[in-house]
Amino acid sequence: MSGSTHSIVIPTKDKMLNLGEFSLKRPGNQITAVILVVGFILTVIRFTQGIGSITNLDDNAPWGMWIGFDLLCGVSLAAGGYFTTVACYIFGMKHFHSAVRPAITTAFLGYAFVVFALLYDLGHPLRLPYMFFFPGTTSVLFEVGLCVATYLTVLFVEFSVAPMEWLAQKFPFLLKWRKYVIKVTILLTIFGVCLSTLHQSSLGALYLIAPSKLHPLWYSPFIPMFFFVSSMVAGSSMVIFEGMFAHKGVHHYMDATHLREADDVAFSFAKAASFILFGYFMLKFIDMIVQANYYYLFSGYGMWWCIEMLFFVLMPALIYAKGARERNITLCRIGSINAVAGIILNRFNVSMIAFNYQLPASERYFPSIWEICISIFVVTLIVTVYRFIVYHMPVLYEHPNFRDEH
Amino acid sequence: MNRRKFLTILGSAGVVSALGTAQVAKASGGTTTYPYYENSYGVLHDTTRCIGCRRCEKACQQVNNLPMPAKPFNDLEVTATKRRTTADAWTVVNRYMIKNPEGGKDKPVFRKLQCYHCNDPACASACFAKCFKKEPSGVVSYDGSQCVGCRYCMVACPFYVPGFQYEEAWDPLVLKCTFCSPRLQKGQLPGCVEACPMGALTFGKRSDLIKIARKRMDKEPAKYVDYLYGEYDAGGTAWMTLSGVPHAELGMDMNLGNRPMGELTAGALGAVPMIIAFWPVLFGGVYGITKCKERLVKKEQEKAIAAAQAQTKQALEAAVENIEKTQGVEAAIQVRQALKTAQQPPSDGSCCCSSKHGEGV
Repeated sequence: MSGSTHSIVIPTKDKMLNLGEFSLKRPGNQITAVILVVGFILTVIRFTQGIGSITNLDDNAPWGMWIGFDLLCGVSLAAGGYFTTVACYIFGMKHFHSAVRPAITTAFLGYAFVVFALLYDLGHPLRLPYMFFFPGTTSVLFEVGLCVATYLTVLFVEFSVAPMEWLAQKFPFLLKWRKYVIKVTILLTIFGVCLSTLHQSSLGALYLIAPSKLHPLWYSPFIPMFFFVSSMVAGSSMVIFEGMFAHKGVHHYMDATHLREADDVAFSFAKAASFILFGYFMLKFIDMIVQANYYYLFSGYGMWWCIEMLFFVLMPALIYAKGARERNITLCRIGSINAVAGIILNRFNVSMIAFNYQLPASERYFPSIWEICISIFVVTLIVTVYRFIVYHMPVLYEHPNFRDEH
Repeated sequence: MNRRKFLTILGSAGVVSALGTAQVAKASGGTTTYPYYENSYGVLHDTTRCIGCRRCEKACQQVNNLPMPAKPFNDLEVTATKRRTTADAWTVVNRYMIKNPEGGKDKPVFRKLQCYHCNDPACASACFAKCFKKEPSGVVSYDGSQCVGCRYCMVACPFYVPGFQYEEAWDPLVLKCTFCSPRLQKGQLPGCVEACPMGALTFGKRSDLIKIARKRMDKEPAKYVDYLYGEYDAGGTAWMTLSGVPHAELGMDMNLGNRPMGELTAGALGAVPMIIAFWPVLFGGVYGITKCKERLVKKEQEKAIAAAQAQTKQALEAAVENIEKTQGVEAAIQVRQALKTAQQPPSDGSCCCSSKHGEGV
């Protein structure tokens, strides 16, 4: 417990901004600049020339990369928010406390940019609020929209503590608001887990209406449950996964508590993820047998299903189990890469690879390079905003003015 | 007056009256979005009569002011490529070469594709801005003025019908066959039905069409497969297809089941209120248990500390008394003084213990 001499730049009343990090001539900043410029140009093209101008979407494949990655993966990988807050506040695992703020920050950014990315995919992006004026209550998409909108609000309130601590020096009235938010932490957490359960599962339920289009090995009446259970894996894995990068990029903004607890958080989350992955494997396996889908196992799609189940569900479970037991942080991180890749693969399978499986290859969808560029652009935006937040707000460290208040 | 003309007049007269009075619909039960409209209209496509002339396609393009395709409508080879409906082509006729079981030349069979105008449409169930509606007349209508452009209707449609204007930047819409709803309201037949020279398309009340189809199948069992596609498929459709060869060979999905597609999501949506009602209880309960455990642990700790302190105090008393006995009152007072000063800082059980042990030696 030696008081490490970290040199965190904490913005003061006279110098609120800390943008120096962005102007450093480092490859990270240069790559970011290039991606943002390309993304901006593509954005202009998309909104002036139509969706068809930069995508390979067609009438058979109305949903492509932007739904499969930006929406489905985006939402599930942002599950760290509810997973960490529930573990810390509801199940009382206090030693996760330093992981809560980074998790909420990434969850908030994740959801905010899911909505942002969705605007690219919508024909009439400005009409998004129409779902509240003309609510199609029989639509799963309505439930998803309502829950994501509400949960984004909850996450905003949960996250707002960090910017308020940053800005309070200049605008002292925020201190009062901060107190109110802290008071309702438990309420927000429970509200958050309700909403997360609903929309994580309903992202899977979106596909319930298309049994003839989705391959039977992925289609199941239990697909909402599969999406929810795997979102827990995604949530815990992303905390480890992001931690790995944060330790590389913004290590100098972490305080002693965060550094001390980081490994323990990783081991605990690895253990949890391992358990849940085993459970998820059993769920999928039993579902396959109960629905008598074993006939499909010997087809091409069957092999692909086996690859997903063995190398992207069972393997990360085993790696996590070994990593957590031996307290081997490298192994846990490898497990997290494997698990995150597994989540992405599963969402791609459901939304693109095993979707429209009966159509001939010539009528199948493959994303255009520009669609992928927009997805990369969105991820880069998230990372850039995350960096801005970490450079300015107490996310990876406790603000000296608000120490020991929880 | 042939039968087609008769049906046409009958149908037209009927539509106007049907549109005038909203039908009192009989609910088909439980989870469906729309009740079954008893007097709704439909069209029967008899593929045994269809010659693939594409006049229905041409008429559709004309009456709906859709752009003319690059290849003219009299180019019948177009039907050989597998086409689907798009935003610019609301109906297509495709040719399927059916193998002759006795050998010899393959037989061409033509199948028309357009919106089937389901009784309880998947698109309407899937739309989160209520753009689609099953009208009592049988039409599945679409109101583009509130369309968000999410294209979930296209994901949901089991017939791959709705098309999207991907090249349109400012007002892209989902477009599909309208059942020529504006024409129906004027008492006219749908464009394609009117244009068909072979009587392959029959317009009428859906319930009548089913009877007509049954009659044809009964009359010429060798000519028809004993299945009316659309009678029950996907919960039943307004447009139905008769065929002389198994429907699957005409690229029609025979595995859609006989319930509306929207019902498949009803279970998931039905769970929403349950989760909203019970999750706070569950997680609030876990929170309560956590707090309770923390309190218990704290109590136990306090109890243990108190017990340890009491024990120490007793031991110290005994030791001091022992000193008083062996070394006299003076020494005992000194020891008591020393203990008092030692206990001034936050009393810590362990340091007292070590002093006790020291005394014991």
